[in-house]
This record gives sequence, structure tokens and C-alpha cells, in this order.
Amino acid sequence: MNMTKGKMTDQEPFEAVLARLEQNVQTLESGEVALERALELFEEGIRLSRELNSRLAAAEEKIKELTRDSSGDLKLNDFEEAENDE
Amino acid sequence: MTQGRLFDEELSYMKPLDSPVFTVSQLTRRIKNLLEPEFTDVWVSGEISNYTKHSSGHHYFTLKDGKAELSCTLWRSTASTIRLKLQSGMKAVLYGDVNVYELRGRYQLNVKWIVEEGVGQLELKLRELRERLDSEGLFDESHKKALPRFPATVALVTSPTGAAVRDMINIIRRRSPSCRIILCPVAVQGPGAELKIAEGIRIVNEHGQADVMIVGRGGGSIEDLWSFNEEVVARAIFDSEIPVISAVGHQIDYTIADLVADLRAPTPSAAAEIALPDRGEMEEKLTDLRTRLASAAVRLIESSKARLSAASESYMLRRPDELLRTPRLRLDEMHSIVVESVNHIVESCRSRLSILDEKSKALSPRAVLGRGYAVCRRLPGMDVVRESSEVSKGEKIEVELSRGRITGQVTATHDP
Repeated sequence: MNMTKGKMTDQEPFEAVLARLEQNVQTLESGEVALERALELFEEGIRLSRELNSRLAAAEEKIKELTRDSSGDLKLNDFEEAENDE
Repeated sequence: MTQGRLFDEELSYMKPLDSPVFTVSQLTRRIKNLLEPEFTDVWVSGEISNYTKHSSGHHYFTLKDGKAELSCTLWRSTASTIRLKLQSGMKAVLYGDVNVYELRGRYQLNVKWIVEEGVGQLELKLRELRERLDSEGLFDESHKKALPRFPATVALVTSPTGAAVRDMINIIRRRSPSCRIILCPVAVQGPGAELKIAEGIRIVNEHGQADVMIVGRGGGSIEDLWSFNEEVVARAIFDSEIPVISAVGHQIDYTIADLVADLRAPTPSAAAEIALPDRGEMEEKLTDLRTRLASAAVRLIESSKARLSAASESYMLRRPDELLRTPRLRLDEMHSIVVESVNHIVESCRSRLSILDEKSKALSPRAVLGRGYAVCRRLPGMDVVRESSEVSKGEKIEVELSRGRITGQVTATHDP
């Protein structure tokens, strides 16, 4: 279990970031917000939407193969789609 | 032989020397030990007769065919899970364990499941398992986990070869290229495949990085899909912390795995479509959000600007003296009130004063003189004369009248 466990935790989930962006838009659209706060929300919203866009456009991840070896440990290898020609 | 010596020596001469002697309990126990392990989880078909439902809630009946009979017991707790209504004469297939009832020296079938005659073996097993898991609550909606809308990592528990895995990978790549795919390769048919599938589900959970997993295989015969009807798979899906989408075969096949899964997809391709959002749609959504964000911000700035200019062009700001108008009016008003009250006080004093004046006038000697009285004084001292004895004949007196004076001389005095 000494795998890249950090990868998932150090990045806020797409879903949560999207929810924040949606919240910002709704708050702004309600109009019930001070101008200074509105500008903050706007700036944050733009930043979040850029981040989400770049996440969507991120490069393809390699497919990993997860197996348990003979000693019972999990191991993650690159998966080769060799038998694709049937 | 050795066993014989354990028993009463008086009887020992009656038994054949080479045979052991049991007590009834011992024999019955041996029969029980032989019979019961041999006949657990058996299926037996026949006709139900002598059916009685005891007031305790247990059901007793005999299952028979032309040549033999089998006593059967259906305990109340089991009976409650069976929907089939039993009656004598009914043809049925029973599932249960043979049990030796030592007290009466009888063997009987403890019934665990009953189906009507004419249903295939696999179907029987399937129905039994489905009913049992259902009554345990494995299919309950309350246990279904919500799927993540945007999984960053998807695990596929399926065969690493074949069309199903390729279809899923292609669809995931197309819809969400940035999504990480973890493939947990397992056999999906053949002996022991159910154990591999269950282990695969557990491995993905142990690894713990997937946000959702798809467990499945492409279409096949009912025998090919059978692993997904096995209890061990159902339990692994139920125990999974990670939401499970089942994707077994083509649309029409519904397996136990489908019933336990958090979501059932009709095919592996459909599962991939359900699991992942489409990148194109997401980009559209983001563009829409960004447009709304910008226009909301612009609207807010515009309306603030409009309020600002409305305020700065207001009458008040252009004519500051107007600001003083109200206090000034108020001041004037206060002033008149003060003046009025003072006037009122003065007026009331004045009127009181004039009343006093009238009163004092009435008391003045001049007012008395006006009525015809006169004041007489003796000259030259000007002493007022009050009695006739105060003057003597020949003295000069002055008489003051209401208007003017007369000087005279006393010619006579008269005592009162």
C-alpha cells in the first residue's frame, strides 16, 4: 500500500470546485452582494473556471492494471492493450 | 468387541461376540452423524400431502412420490420468507437439509426453500438466493450509494480481454480523457470466476483510489453470466465502500449483481456512459457559467454606477443650502412658539393688572368725591376736619370737591 495515495487527496475534487463556481455565479446573479465582494467572487469564479477547463483538457492518463501479487500486496502496472485484435 | 465390555455383563452372553452393542441414543447419534452431513442443501421434488400448519406457526407435511415418503418440517422463521402458499396435492421442489430427530427416531427434511414444480435447477437456485438476499435487505434502496458526478478515477473489474473492456476504455477516453482508469483483471466466466470477481471488488476497495467502479462483462448465455448470480459476488458488491455500477451482458439479462449494485447499467458501454460526464457537455457548462459570471458582474457594476450617478445628480447634492432648509424651518417654528408663549404670559399679566386697577380706582378718595362727597380742611394747617368740634366760628376752611375747591369761613358749629 505504498502507492501514490497523495494524488487524489491533494487536489480538490472536480465536483467540489464546480459546485463552488456555481455558487459564485448564483450569489452574483442574486445581486444581493456588496460590490467589493462581487468583484472577489467574480475573480475567484474566473480562476475556478480556468482550473476546471484545464482539468478537462488534461492529458490522457495511462491505464493502470491493479493486481495482488503472490505475497498479497497490491501492485499497479501500466496496462498494455495487447489483445485488441480479436 | 471392546465396546461390548462396557455394557451390562448379564446381557453380554446374549449378543454375538463380534458385534458391538449400542444404546439407542448412540446408534441414533451415529445415524444422525452419517446422514446429516451427507444430505445438506439437497433439492427434492414430489407431491405435498398431509399438510398441516401448527398453531406454533411451524408447517408439517409429507413429500411423496409413487414409491416413497419424506417427512418435512418448515419452521415458522423460514415459512415467513416463502411466499408460495402450500397445500396438500401440490407438486413442489423443496430445498433443505436432512435432519434426524433423535427423540422420535425419525429423519425429516428441514425445508429452507420451496418452489413449484417445473422450474429449472439454476432458476431454483437463483430464486432462492434472490429471495434470501432480498429478505436480508441487500437490495434495499437505502443501501445504494450515490455515484460521483465527476469521478477522477474509475476502476473496471472485468476481463482484460474482449470487447467489453475495450468498449468501456474507448468510451471513457472519449468522454473524459483526463479520467484515470484502473483495470482490475478478473476471469468473468468458468469455474471459480465468482471468487475472482469478488476478490477484484475487494482489491479495488483496498487500493481505495477509485471514485467509482464498473463490475461486469459482455453478453453471453445465462451460464456464461452465472458468476454474477453468485452470493459471493453479491456480498462483495454490497460490502464495497466504493459505489458499484453493474454491467452484465446485454439489456435483457438481470443478475443478482445488478440488484445489489448501486446502479445497474444494461451494458458495459452504457456503464461507462453513466459513470463519466461528457467532456464536451462539461466544457459547454463551464462556458455557460463563465458567461453568467461575467454578465452578473457587469450587471452589478452597472447598477452600482447607475445608483452612484443618480445619487450624485440629486437636488440635495447640487443645492447644499437645501440641506439647511428643514432645520431652518424648524428653528422658525420654535421661535414663533416661544414668542407666542411669552406674549401670552404678558397678556395675561396685563389683564390681571387692569382688574386690580379698576379695584383700586373704586377705593380712591377722588372716586368718593365724584359721588358728591367733599373733604373739608382747616386752614392754614390743612388738617382734615372730621368732627364739627374741630373748628370754631370764624376759622377759615377749604372744601375740596370732585372738581375744584371752595374756601370759606365757619359761621356756626353744630354738635351732633
